[in-house]
Amino acid sequence: MGKHVLLIEDEPNIIEAIRFLLSRDGWQVDTHSDGTTALEKVMEKRPDIVILDVMLPGRSGFDILRDIRADADLAALPVLMLTAKGQVKDRELAERLGASRFMAKPFSNTEVLETVRALAGG
Amino acid sequence: MARAPLFLARQGYRRRRLADMARLMPVLGLALFLVPLLDANGGFGAGMLIYLFTVWFGLIAGTAVLARRLCVAAQQQDAETATTGAGAGNGAGADPEGRR
Amino acid sequence: MIAFNLLVAICLAYVVFLFGVAFLAERRAARGQGGWLRSSAVYTLSLSVYCTAWTFYGAVGYAARSGLEFVTIYLGPTLVLIGWWWTLRKLVRIGKTQRITSVADLISSRYGKSNTLGVIVTLIAVVGTTPYIALQLQSVTLSFAVFAPESATRWGAGDLNATALTVAAGLAVFTVLFGTRNLDANERHHGVVTAIAVEAVVKLVALMAVGVFVVWGLAGGVGAMLERIEASPLAGMPVVPGRWMGLTFLSAAAILTLPRMFQVLVVENEDERHLATAAWAFPAYLFLMSLFVVPIAVMGLSEMAPGSNPDLFVLSLPLAHGRDGLATLAFLGGFSSATSMVIVAAIALSTMVSNHIVMPLFLNWTRAGATMSGDVRTLVLRARRVSIGAVLFLGYLYYRLTGGSEALAAIGLISFAGVAQVLPALLGGILWRGATRTGAIAGLAAGFSVWAYTLFLPSVGEGAVMGARLLAEGPWGIGWLRPQALFGLEGLDPLVHAVVFSMAANVAAFVSVSLAGFPSPMERLQGAQFVNVFDHSTAGQGWSQGRAEAEDLLLMTQRILGPVEAQGLFQRAAAGQGKQGYLPDITPEFLQRLERQLAGSVGAATAHAMVGQIVGRSSVSVEDLMRVADETAQMMEYSSQLEAKSEELARTARQLREANEKLTGLSVQKDAFLSQISHELRTPMTSIRAFSEILMDGDRLDPAELGKYSRIIHEESLRLTRLLDDLLDLSVLENGQVTLHAQPVNLHDLLDRALAATGSPVGGGGLHLRRDPGAERVVLVTDGDRLSQVFINLIANAQKYCDAAVPELTIRVRAAHGAVAVDFIDNGSGIPAQSQAIIFEKFSRLSDPRSAGGAGLGLAICREIMVRLGGSISYLPGQGGAAFRVSLPLRRAEAA
Repeated sequence: MGKHVLLIEDEPNIIEAIRFLLSRDGWQVDTHSDGTTALEKVMEKRPDIVILDVMLPGRSGFDILRDIRADADLAALPVLMLTAKGQVKDRELAERLGASRFMAKPFSNTEVLETVRALAGG
Repeated sequence: MARAPLFLARQGYRRRRLADMARLMPVLGLALFLVPLLDANGGFGAGMLIYLFTVWFGLIAGTAVLARRLCVAAQQQDAETATTGAGAGNGAGADPEGRR
Repeated sequence: MIAFNLLVAICLAYVVFLFGVAFLAERRAARGQGGWLRSSAVYTLSLSVYCTAWTFYGAVGYAARSGLEFVTIYLGPTLVLIGWWWTLRKLVRIGKTQRITSVADLISSRYGKSNTLGVIVTLIAVVGTTPYIALQLQSVTLSFAVFAPESATRWGAGDLNATALTVAAGLAVFTVLFGTRNLDANERHHGVVTAIAVEAVVKLVALMAVGVFVVWGLAGGVGAMLERIEASPLAGMPVVPGRWMGLTFLSAAAILTLPRMFQVLVVENEDERHLATAAWAFPAYLFLMSLFVVPIAVMGLSEMAPGSNPDLFVLSLPLAHGRDGLATLAFLGGFSSATSMVIVAAIALSTMVSNHIVMPLFLNWTRAGATMSGDVRTLVLRARRVSIGAVLFLGYLYYRLTGGSEALAAIGLISFAGVAQVLPALLGGILWRGATRTGAIAGLAAGFSVWAYTLFLPSVGEGAVMGARLLAEGPWGIGWLRPQALFGLEGLDPLVHAVVFSMAANVAAFVSVSLAGFPSPMERLQGAQFVNVFDHSTAGQGWSQGRAEAEDLLLMTQRILGPVEAQGLFQRAAAGQGKQGYLPDITPEFLQRLERQLAGSVGAATAHAMVGQIVGRSSVSVEDLMRVADETAQMMEYSSQLEAKSEELARTARQLREANEKLTGLSVQKDAFLSQISHELRTPMTSIRAFSEILMDGDRLDPAELGKYSRIIHEESLRLTRLLDDLLDLSVLENGQVTLHAQPVNLHDLLDRALAATGSPVGGGGLHLRRDPGAERVVLVTDGDRLSQVFINLIANAQKYCDAAVPELTIRVRAAHGAVAVDFIDNGSGIPAQSQAIIFEKFSRLSDPRSAGGAGLGLAICREIMVRLGGSISYLPGQGGAAFRVSLPLRRAEAA
């Protein structure tokens, strides 16, 4: 499997941090900030893993996740959900919609790395 | 049955006229009792005495006849209302006029 | 000459006989026997208490002195009775339906149960009756004296007084025995009435016997008698029109207002039909009583020695002709006249005194009220007995004080005139609904005062109360106030004068005060009950007794209890009486039980009124109605309480629901808010944590990266701090805990300060400013720091969000309509219409990648500040870019 990650996130500083972390670990990191066009970006880039924020401008991360799972080609794509809200119901919703993993902000760098590696390895 | 109401109405009418006469009696009596005043100054004779007692007696007799007839009329009316009103059960006091 | 002792013995035997009659009648009535006791004949004869000893003896004396005038005393009652359809019928009906116990009770009831009126009428009655009782005592003693001429030395004043005292005491005993045996609710006294009927027969027979003796025995037939009358001095006596009319009026009034007449006419009446008989039979009685008056007077005057008392011709004529038996009969007639009057008067007065004076005083004194109902019966009886004793003692006292000097008739007429003062209030009360309590009091007071002043006091005896000078010249020499010539009206007979003036004053006061006043609700109700008594009540005694009543009761009970239960109740009652079927005898026990049963369904007062309507033949009294109304009101109150309670429950439920919705809403809001806060806090925290972890194991970082990441951590920390500051600020503002320091500030300076704080001094920075310093010179009284906070926020927003190539901010100040408006307009793309409504909400940061660092609380804070400052902030659409208007009322500025 390749090491291609698509990060869909709107906070510039968080993008910067994750890009730095994963790049250092040998991943190819693409980023995207707009919720409305996120799905097209996923189809276009065909990443191995998608890291998806919930609060996105234009479209909610949950909606994007639902679309990903609804698409036959993308149904098996590992998706790591990130959220700053961190409430139980958000986690439940994410699991129900088929998120591979769910992490609340602020996260630990090592945890993100391990999770991404695990998702890629699995 | 068509004649019955007419009969009743006539009874009621007669009764009311009897009551009128009863009301008139004291007025008539007062008028007759004031007659002695017309001839006051000359004192009174036996004639005046006889007049007074005759008038008096007449009034008594007239009242007696009227009272008797009023009682009979009332009795009849009472009997009528008793027969017509008994079935209606006016006992609850809703219709006290019924017996008047 | 009959032996005096024999006369006394006969008299005693007669008294014993009367006791026996009364006792038997009482016993038969108690057993429910003796229909004849309730006959119209007994009723008619009992009315003869009108004919007192004054009539029996005095009429002859009157005729001997004044000629034909005596007859007016009989003509008045005759007119009233033959006019029974007008007033007596109504009085009797009212008396029955309202359970009237005396004339005072009638007046008091009619005018709203006013005890004041009851007391006044009672006092008038006592004052008016006492002389009359004295008169009876005097006539009895005088008639005794007639039989003891040969022992005149022994019969001095002392003997007369002793006789009077004995008679008074004997009458008191009789009256107490038969007048207060029990407390009949209807105040009927069968024993007394029967004894009086017997006495009525005795006096009629006695007078007729004397008359027959005089006409046929002495004069020699009717023709001869008439000749003697023509020749007698009587024939020459003129009829005085004033007195003729005045006396007819007085005697007519007396039959309605005299307490004893009211007692026998109204209170003792058993059956309205008896009145129809009495209407002609009583005038016939009077006719017979007066038939021989003139002959006896004429014969007495011609036969008896000059100077002999004409009042005693009835006795002395037979005696002079040696007719001892006839004389004894005449004596018994006179005795009967006196005693019957005294007995009935004493009963009537004692009822009034005990009901209207003693009992109210006693109840008021003990403050026990109705709680001691058990003792009240004996108390009332005792009060009656004491009152009877007191009334008779008063009569005796009056006799002793004035004894023997006056002509009998004079006292009788004065009495009549006094009691006649009740007439306007009485007739007005039953004929005129507009009559009021105050009117009645005024009329009674006026009439009674004038009567006392013009007639009663002058009569007590010259010099006793009024001096001769006062009579002749008036009080303080005021001529027109002379008691017997008011307003200078001289030449009138004193009696007529007094009657005219007292009645005029009475009627005038009664009518005018009634017209001017306003009756209480109780008076109006009672007035309607009295005046329209025939509309509300049924005929006195039904024609159909027994079964019809039981059937009516059953019908009514079925309506209330339902057929099964009602029929069961009646059947059980009938079975208990040993009868078949559903119609028991209407016994008091049965009625009580029925009332109790009904009371369970409709309330006690209603049940009583309904049963009373059927059985009692009495209309529902106002008190009954009030009790019914009370019950209804209680039920209505109860149900309205229930209604109120269920309404309250519904209201509470609604409030709870609303509160719940609110709480749910709040909870949703709070969740959303917390979620937002969480997001806004976690986002910078994420960057800080991520980069600080990178820095911690940052051995492979180049210095450029190191600096960059440190800066990010610093920026995000500042962002967090700002966010926390904003949150605290907003919380303080929203809770109203903020303290404003209002002081005069110059708007221009304030804007300068704000621009400096945002790093955009005039003409500098990335933002091109357009201002009008002239318009900005406005002095406001407000919290300058807070206002500049708003300005800073708006300018910073323009700096952040204006997306024009050459960003421009126009600040426009305009004072108009009592307010100053500061507009901040940039030349960017503005805020989309759909977002304009929410920009002032918390965390409403619009999605904009360049908005990093803003927490979305700025405009919310601005809005809170403006509300606290008494102004407002709003978005101005259609200005070509984002445009905000800050308004403050200028009034506040000017006021400073």
